[in-house]
Amino acid sequence: MREVAVIGTGMVHFGELWEKSLRTIWAEAAVAALEDAGVDTVDHITVGCMSSGLFVGQEHLASLLADELGMAGVSAVRLESACASGGLAIRAGFAEIAAGLADVVLVTGVEKMTDVDGADATYALGTAADHEWEGFHGITFPGLYAMLARVHMSRFGTTRNQLAAVAVKNHANGLNNPNAQYRMKVTLEDVLNATLVADPLGLLDCSPITDGAAALVLASAETARRLKPGHPVVRITGSGMATDTITLANRPDLAELRAVRLAGERAYAMAGRKPSDLHVVEVHDCFSIAEIMATEALGLFPPGQGGPAVEKGLTAIGGPIPVNTSGGLKSKGHPVGATGVAQAVEIVSQLRGEAGERQVKGARVGLAQNMGGSGGSSTVHILEVE
Amino acid sequence: MSVGIVGYGAFIPRRRIKLEEIAKVWGADAASYRRGLQLHEKSVPGKDEDTVTMSVEAARNAIVRSGGVDPRRIGALYIGSESHPYAVKPSGTIVAEAIGATPELHVADLEFACKAGTEGMYLAYSLVKAGNVEYAFGIGADTSQGAPGDALEYSAAAGAAAFLFGADPGRIVAEVVDTYSWTTDTPDFWRREYMHYPRHGSRFTGEPAYFRHSSSAAKGIMEKAGLKPEDFAFAVFHQPNGKFPMRVGQMVGFTRKQLETGWLSPWLGNTYSGASPIGLTAILDVARPGDLVLLTSFGSGAGSDAFVFRVTDRILEVQGLAPKTRPQLDENKIYVDYGTYAKLRGKIRMAE
Repeated sequence: MREVAVIGTGMVHFGELWEKSLRTIWAEAAVAALEDAGVDTVDHITVGCMSSGLFVGQEHLASLLADELGMAGVSAVRLESACASGGLAIRAGFAEIAAGLADVVLVTGVEKMTDVDGADATYALGTAADHEWEGFHGITFPGLYAMLARVHMSRFGTTRNQLAAVAVKNHANGLNNPNAQYRMKVTLEDVLNATLVADPLGLLDCSPITDGAAALVLASAETARRLKPGHPVVRITGSGMATDTITLANRPDLAELRAVRLAGERAYAMAGRKPSDLHVVEVHDCFSIAEIMATEALGLFPPGQGGPAVEKGLTAIGGPIPVNTSGGLKSKGHPVGATGVAQAVEIVSQLRGEAGERQVKGARVGLAQNMGGSGGSSTVHILEVE
Repeated sequence: MSVGIVGYGAFIPRRRIKLEEIAKVWGADAASYRRGLQLHEKSVPGKDEDTVTMSVEAARNAIVRSGGVDPRRIGALYIGSESHPYAVKPSGTIVAEAIGATPELHVADLEFACKAGTEGMYLAYSLVKAGNVEYAFGIGADTSQGAPGDALEYSAAAGAAAFLFGADPGRIVAEVVDTYSWTTDTPDFWRREYMHYPRHGSRFTGEPAYFRHSSSAAKGIMEKAGLKPEDFAFAVFHQPNGKFPMRVGQMVGFTRKQLETGWLSPWLGNTYSGASPIGLTAILDVARPGDLVLLTSFGSGAGSDAFVFRVTDRILEVQGLAPKTRPQLDENKIYVDYGTYAKLRGKIRMAE
């Protein structure tokens, strides 16, 4: 298997981008990544996108977007695994290069979510749940994650304040991310007093609806060293993917995100790394409880210790293992198909030492975990700088 | 030739409903609405109060303050509202007849969501300035409706303001220094024919609609007129709730003190076409000669009209001639429960 490096990154300022279309924001991110990499042609394009059909009435994205870049003719593929579509796009691009099928790949993620109203967006997102066993009964994602939170609280004694601490930390980090959608400080009181969405989760426990796109240019490590001599080469050393039952009813244990644990184990094994080797981590905090459960499933903390860890500041910038330095999905925004790629953009920025005010000093090994639905799929990537 | 307001008047119904009373019915969290929208209560029109009757009351107050302009000298009358009692048949003819201005005048009903009132004011001002008419009325009035249980139900209120424009220097109480409008096609809010209640377009309400248009109009008129926020004694913005006007006012550089006098929505609700115009009447009630006043309306769809007024010496003579606005808001209130409110607002389906 060939070594794979990230030679370029790009993303748009996440937000409610009412005056731009899906193809426009995608092209902006793609061009930024190509410029950063210093290349103008690629062998292959991957596009992570969850539901452009329901959000903007457009499928057949890979061809459409390749053409938007003036690259019609190139090999291109769109990948979908709900909110893990972006992570899957990275893995697909990684595999192309590792296998020697391509030498330079443009990996992208995109979602345009604000062209529909709240009810239609909720419906589109709801298709990531098991439609027959969950959707038909009326439950939507806040409710599913609220059930996970209830189980976690009952099993481990995780508290409401610990959930809230996730939002407080991630908004503090997002303040220093110029691309974040909600750059605002929130206090513990703000989170606790916010409008209740699905008990125990309030409005500020939930990630927002966002338009956004992010892109990476991947190349074989050999090509990376040739194209960017003298630059630190960031390699993807581990890639793991796993599935779980989509419907919560079929899971043996609701207090654990099994797909995250399995994807993490596979990525750690490929990279020859363990949790204690990591310096910076991005996890899929679509809801506050999801960050706590993901940090446990990735082995950063033992089961039940994710809540106390965030409350004690162990995952803050400056703590032993900073989590979601970008602001996470909570503050940076969650354009579902773009999220997984944007997480990798943050890790690369940290490993290059280009993260500015939110830089984790001496970060050399990072991890990005992306998740679909209520944990029915997950990808984990480990990145290292030489 | 300077043109300005020669008489102004407001009308606010006596009935009120408290936010808690509405929240109770829908199982909503009153405290969070109070905090989020900065609303306490809103006006409720009685069975005999609608856009026409409220406009008549406000217009009569304006005529009194004009020092008795003969209504037959009024050459135009415009009513802006999104709750004209008839879909086909003007409100303006009834009002013109009631105040004795018929038959030699031009009348039109206007609609532009919440900015229809200032549209009427702009047309009235422009016709006088052009010399086509001697006096002209611009009126904003609404008995606005929010769907039961919708967030709008906490704000949709009733009230009217009327402004008589003229060029007689002996009668002007507030001279128009400048006007400016800022309009785009932004579908943030609408009601189609045969729909009972309006709908909001996703999350366009705040940033791309209200804040963008209001702030652009306010900044635009100040730049056009060569004025800065500190030059003004008062500023009033459209008031869809308690929070927005304070926020946009401070965004463009006004202080709380400049904004407070015309800021009625926390206790009045959103009177739609009447909102910023009624706020202007509350300002004129207390303004001093020489004061500069900024008025900026907003209407969904979307647009903002801005006016700069300079208050004249005559204001002191007319303030007490007709009922002032603050007392209409603060005194003599009748509180109704939700059942009475539902009856008064026609929300109960009666036997055919």
